[in-house]
Amino acid sequence: MFYREAGQFRTSYAADSQLLPLRQDRVGMAIILLLAVAVVPFVANDYWLSAILIPWLILALVATGQNILMGYAGQLSLGSAGFMAVGAFACYNLILRIDGIPFLLALFLSGICAALVGIVFGLPSLRIRGLYLAVATLASQFFIVWALDKFGWFKNYDPAGVITAQPIIMFGHNFASPREKYWVVLLIVAALTLAAKNMARGSTGRAWMAVRDMDVAAEVMGLSLLRTKLQAFAISSFYCGVGGALFAFAYLQTVEPSAFTIDLSFRILFMVIIGGLGTILGSFLGAGFILLMPVFLNVFFHKAFGKAVDATITSALEQVIFGVLIIVFLIFEPLGFARLWQLTKERLRLWPFRH
Amino acid sequence: MMIDTILRRAMPGIFALGAAFAVATASSAAMAQEQEQYFGIPSSRVGPYSAMGTGYYGGIIDYLNYVNMKHGGVNGVKLTYDECETEYNAARTVECYQRLLNKGDQKMVVFDTLGTPGAYAVIGRMAPDNVVLAQYGYGRTDAADGRVWPWVFNAAGHYWGQIAVKMNFMAQKEGGIDKMKGKTIVHLHIDTAYGREPIPAMREIAKEWGVKLIEIAVPPPGLEQQSQWLQIRREKADWVTFWGAGSGMNSTAITTAARVGFPREKMMYVTFGGAEEDMIPAGDAAKGTYVAANAAPGKFPLIQDIEKVVYGAGKGNMQNPQRVGTVYYNRGVGAAVMWVEAMKNAQRIHNKVGKTVTGAEFRDGYEALDVTDDKLKEIGILGMSAPFKMSCAKHDGSERFRMMQWDGKQFQLLTDWVPAPNPAFIRKLIEESAEKYAKENNLPIRQCS
Repeated sequence: MFYREAGQFRTSYAADSQLLPLRQDRVGMAIILLLAVAVVPFVANDYWLSAILIPWLILALVATGQNILMGYAGQLSLGSAGFMAVGAFACYNLILRIDGIPFLLALFLSGICAALVGIVFGLPSLRIRGLYLAVATLASQFFIVWALDKFGWFKNYDPAGVITAQPIIMFGHNFASPREKYWVVLLIVAALTLAAKNMARGSTGRAWMAVRDMDVAAEVMGLSLLRTKLQAFAISSFYCGVGGALFAFAYLQTVEPSAFTIDLSFRILFMVIIGGLGTILGSFLGAGFILLMPVFLNVFFHKAFGKAVDATITSALEQVIFGVLIIVFLIFEPLGFARLWQLTKERLRLWPFRH
Repeated sequence: MMIDTILRRAMPGIFALGAAFAVATASSAAMAQEQEQYFGIPSSRVGPYSAMGTGYYGGIIDYLNYVNMKHGGVNGVKLTYDECETEYNAARTVECYQRLLNKGDQKMVVFDTLGTPGAYAVIGRMAPDNVVLAQYGYGRTDAADGRVWPWVFNAAGHYWGQIAVKMNFMAQKEGGIDKMKGKTIVHLHIDTAYGREPIPAMREIAKEWGVKLIEIAVPPPGLEQQSQWLQIRREKADWVTFWGAGSGMNSTAITTAARVGFPREKMMYVTFGGAEEDMIPAGDAAKGTYVAANAAPGKFPLIQDIEKVVYGAGKGNMQNPQRVGTVYYNRGVGAAVMWVEAMKNAQRIHNKVGKTVTGAEFRDGYEALDVTDDKLKEIGILGMSAPFKMSCAKHDGSERFRMMQWDGKQFQLLTDWVPAPNPAFIRKLIEESAEKYAKENNLPIRQCS
């Protein structure tokens, strides 16, 4: 009933291959974007903006990057936090060392830096696959964090190794308040998500999926494995790099290697798996779940039990429940949140009539 | 007809609900009449650093409750708190900071992350938000310069002062600073900002004394240190200054040292690795390890009174009451004492005795802290915390530490509160570093005097 597509005819190729073929989706997306741009920043308080929405958007962007590599191109990689670190430090050094560089350009270039590093660490993917590749990419994680720690130049020889991110200045304006930062992040994430969606449905994405499904067959059909795999690594690392720079500049406000540990890499991996491999929507839903569920549980337990129950017990319980939720969810819906949404849509199409 | 029946049946329920609601609002309105001061507690109770978090924040919460139960609050102002779990993670600490910042119409006045990574992540938010960052012996060292960092304090000493005290202690053991020439010191540290924090001061002192300094990093979480300790043997180190975090890493260092045969009497632990929870897992191997303390363990009069008043009433925060009086717990109590004393100062300075204070007022109170031996005795913690006095420019407190040694069962206090041998030198380093930071970030330098 709500999702009826009767009467919507696609009469041209352009109409058939557009981003959101259903009118309901187009309207929904327009409403969501309108709310996100014009309503949310004025309704949400500083806590929601700076502690929930900004990190969620940023991690969704990183998860999209990871999803491109893992979900679309089928290359199991564990180094996303390392590429985030590259982006963060590149952005810091670009702004520090090049006088008057625009923030957006620095952000773009830091993504490029991460992409270059990603290509280097993507080279083993030409020879090894699957879990073995994951182990090989693990090296990037450790190497990058080690190199950033080891060479003082990256950190401008700061003795503590923690650098304060410069303010975000664009068009002569300092984007300092949570609301302004939220707009910056939203704009960049929206633009890059659109680009990802476009790549995924176009020839680039189809090449990735062909390599994912069977690389020998893809090669036989004339795809260059070298090009396709390295392209996936480069684009994925670009997303991670931009995400890392935003994470440091718009969220943490500090740049330090230990913020980008293997722990974060794993969490991004889980975001992609829980959200749904090979879907853009899944990256957003997965990032929301992994990032916000522990926070929600913590708030809930403190509200529900207050000081009546020992906080050590509730803190441990939160972790247990979070773990159980992941397991239960993966048993019931191994294809992730994105699949759940798809099923809901199909139900809504028929509801309230069963046939 | 049907709706009528439903309504009629539901009527008593609706009335009861309404009445309950009215009573609830009335009572909460009555409660709002009472003055309250709200504190945010960003605790870390799970993960590898849980021993630290449970002890420290347990001590803080117990003392806040103690002040309420024993004295009816601070000049009649009840102390309340809200807790948030950070998991000792910088990103979660930012989330907690934002969550705790506002509660109803009250705003948090002081934040204590118990961890250098978290402190660095929020340090830039203090001035715009009017919140005091109270670093109890950890965190950004050059924040001790109050001209650049008006909102950040280092009241229980910082890592540069601590390393100076430790190196001085070594020199004493060796028979004088002139005997240190040609000796080798290994700084074995966790590979994070916290582990590297003492290095600038250490390098300077080593250069001056003619000591060979070797820095060896252990990647977190530091549960595997075999190769590092073999390297220490190879270098024939005379002393090891150990900068670890989490009881797993800290006890592993001792057991690995024992395995390669490095004497524990030549190891010096940092304040945040030198607690009972770090020594006990290592068993007998831990015997002889030196530790620097900014809060001494023991049942001081105040701790005994907390046991009587708070635990006697069954309101204690520690899951294991045996841990009351241990290093981390006492450190938490010491931190909370500073909060409460700062609040008293704020009320006095701003003529608000018996009233809630704001962040700016609290900051003035914190800066006016002058904790003498007499004051410590009055509170009941003489010997547990060092006496100290702060000022506009000087945001580090005592700069004094007590050295203690683990005897296999508990810590034996070896010295009284010893200051750094050359405080002017450490101060110079701090001011240089802070001025460099101010210049890089276009911060104004406050005029003090």
